[in-house]
Amino acid sequence: MKYIDDFRDPAAARALVERIRRDAGGAPMRIMEVCGTHTVSIARSGIRSLLAGAVSMVSGPGCPVCVTPDGYVDAAIALGSRPGVTLASFGDMLRVPGKSSSLEKERGKGLDIRVVYSPLDAVSMAAASPDREFVFLGVGFETTAPAIGGAIRTAAGLGVRNFSVLSSVRTIPEAMALLAGDPEIRIEGFLCPGHVSTIIGADAYRGLASEHRIPCVVAGFEPLDILLGISMLVLQRKEGAPSVENAYSRGVTASGNRKAQELIREVFAPCDTGWRGIGVIPGSGLRISDRYASFDAEKKHGVPVVFSEEDTGCRCGDVLKGKILPDGCPLFGKACVPEEPVGPCMVSSEGTCAAYYKYGGTLQ
Amino acid sequence: MTATPVSGPDKILLSHGEGGKRSHDLIGRVIARHFANPVLSNFFDSGLLGRIDGEIAFTTDGHVVTPAFFPGGDIGRLAVCGAVNDLAVCGAKGLAISCGLVLEEGFPIETLERVLMSMRDAAAEAGVFVACGDTKVVEKGKGDGIFINTAAIGVMAPGWRPSYEAVRPGDRILLSGTMGDHYIAVLVARQGLSVTAPVLSDMAPLGGLLLPAVERFGKGIRIMRDPTRGGVGVTLNEIATSAKARFVLDEERLPVRESVRGVCEILGFDPLYLANEGKALLIVDASAAEDVLVSLREHPLGREAAIVGEVAEGSPGVRMRTLAGGLRAVDYPVGDQLPRIC
Repeated sequence: MKYIDDFRDPAAARALVERIRRDAGGAPMRIMEVCGTHTVSIARSGIRSLLAGAVSMVSGPGCPVCVTPDGYVDAAIALGSRPGVTLASFGDMLRVPGKSSSLEKERGKGLDIRVVYSPLDAVSMAAASPDREFVFLGVGFETTAPAIGGAIRTAAGLGVRNFSVLSSVRTIPEAMALLAGDPEIRIEGFLCPGHVSTIIGADAYRGLASEHRIPCVVAGFEPLDILLGISMLVLQRKEGAPSVENAYSRGVTASGNRKAQELIREVFAPCDTGWRGIGVIPGSGLRISDRYASFDAEKKHGVPVVFSEEDTGCRCGDVLKGKILPDGCPLFGKACVPEEPVGPCMVSSEGTCAAYYKYGGTLQ
Repeated sequence: MTATPVSGPDKILLSHGEGGKRSHDLIGRVIARHFANPVLSNFFDSGLLGRIDGEIAFTTDGHVVTPAFFPGGDIGRLAVCGAVNDLAVCGAKGLAISCGLVLEEGFPIETLERVLMSMRDAAAEAGVFVACGDTKVVEKGKGDGIFINTAAIGVMAPGWRPSYEAVRPGDRILLSGTMGDHYIAVLVARQGLSVTAPVLSDMAPLGGLLLPAVERFGKGIRIMRDPTRGGVGVTLNEIATSAKARFVLDEERLPVRESVRGVCEILGFDPLYLANEGKALLIVDASAAEDVLVSLREHPLGREAAIVGEVAEGSPGVRMRTLAGGLRAVDYPVGDQLPRIC
């Protein structure tokens, strides 16, 4: 198939693997893939086993569902339990555990939760049912932020007042900086997220690369995209010249999508926010800006999202930080499986644990 | 193909299932008319098959696909193929099938006739006849137009039995053609998707493809399965568990039609887990594998057959060598919503 087979060509893959092995020179490079879609693609194409001994891939916190804290789920349930309130959410969020329940379980008990594919669907629902209050569960990274921001701006333009967003929007570079500075994790290079980078641009990682002297390469999602990105990272290490490179130029530019960035700046404002398993990262959240405060569900309904470190025995935090691989968690594949997830990394199909469970990790 | 008009109501009524005159008319004038044969036409309470020589195989299959008509087939053809293919992969030549219909009140009789004619044609293609049947009608809203249960009886090829125990490292895994055609054809019909290259269901009776190979290669063929629901991925996992074997697939050699791949790329499906209704998986002795492949390819239903992997040493399970050259697990899918496709 044109434009897909080109990025899966076995001969080209073999050549890249050889190059990576040669440039790694027998000392495995510790590379973090930040994005959940990368995690799945790496697992599905067996890249971890392919590069064993040359590269050690660790998965980062780039699945938005996985890093959403249980306090957020609790706040959503509290909001949805109010009379006349309908929640609208992406499907992935439904099974994410809160402190004592999940949206899926509460839906079984009668909570009105509707799965939507676009935040705009929630605006349409609100416009069609002015007697109910609609709260969209705005979970995502820079990739999703413009869609959520666009929905808020649309609702404002149409005068839809019974719509608000419970924001759990996060920005990736701040989390990457925190992880880069953690001596326990020892990341030697970042495979930067392709989708997020289409919005923020490859230049967004320049500060990270220079401050932490860490190689950063933006990569796409096909097997060859990922191998190319890894080969560029390995070469940067070999040459001792960490910088930001773009292996995904067909999707990502240096400066990103300016229109989307303006929209984000208009509708959101940076804030400190808690990441499940990682803690509060300063400046890594996007709250709804004062201009659109009437669409901020926390303010409008007086239901704050409270962040606290939970203890379920699950080691999602260490998985998200790349300190352990999923099979290093005592619950993995035993108490915690995709049908009955304990930790959020097992819930989303893009979660590190779910990808490991499905595709068998390293198979060692 | 046009239906012969039948006097009386043009839709199924509850009274068609109540055993009175209407039931009698429906069975006699509509159903038995299409399936006329010496056994069925007696209208005894059982189909009297007489003496059968050889070892008998017996199977049953329920069919609830929605929509009932889709590119490449319909629920009638599916009901015949589903049953006779379960015989064929066990090395049995189909002899007779049953036809249990569950019809929903209001189902158009003209549509029922199209389904029955399709069953009749598929039965002729498979070399079986309808020996007995039953028809029930459920109230509107309690069914989905038409459900069909078929059972099939057949005679085993002399001297051959499927054997999990015979599977050993070095054996080859053969697949008789492309993956996922049936699932995608049904999905496209159901969702009204617009696809430039049409995808047809692959449903076909497999006896003509498989039985000559069994006769010719005997125990060189260890076991055969038809990868229907759950596709090649799930079927291989089931064989791996029963045979306590490790299978390693080669992604590069797995046949998938371009149009099916296109839909899969867009919707995020893995063709490995998509249902087929006219394909067989064969685990074959390595020394016979090339010859079995050639013989499968000589048949119209096996033109795209391929050796797609092999049995390896190691703990039971399924692995795949990916296009990129890595190795990954092929496990049972978890939590995927599979709509009714068979």
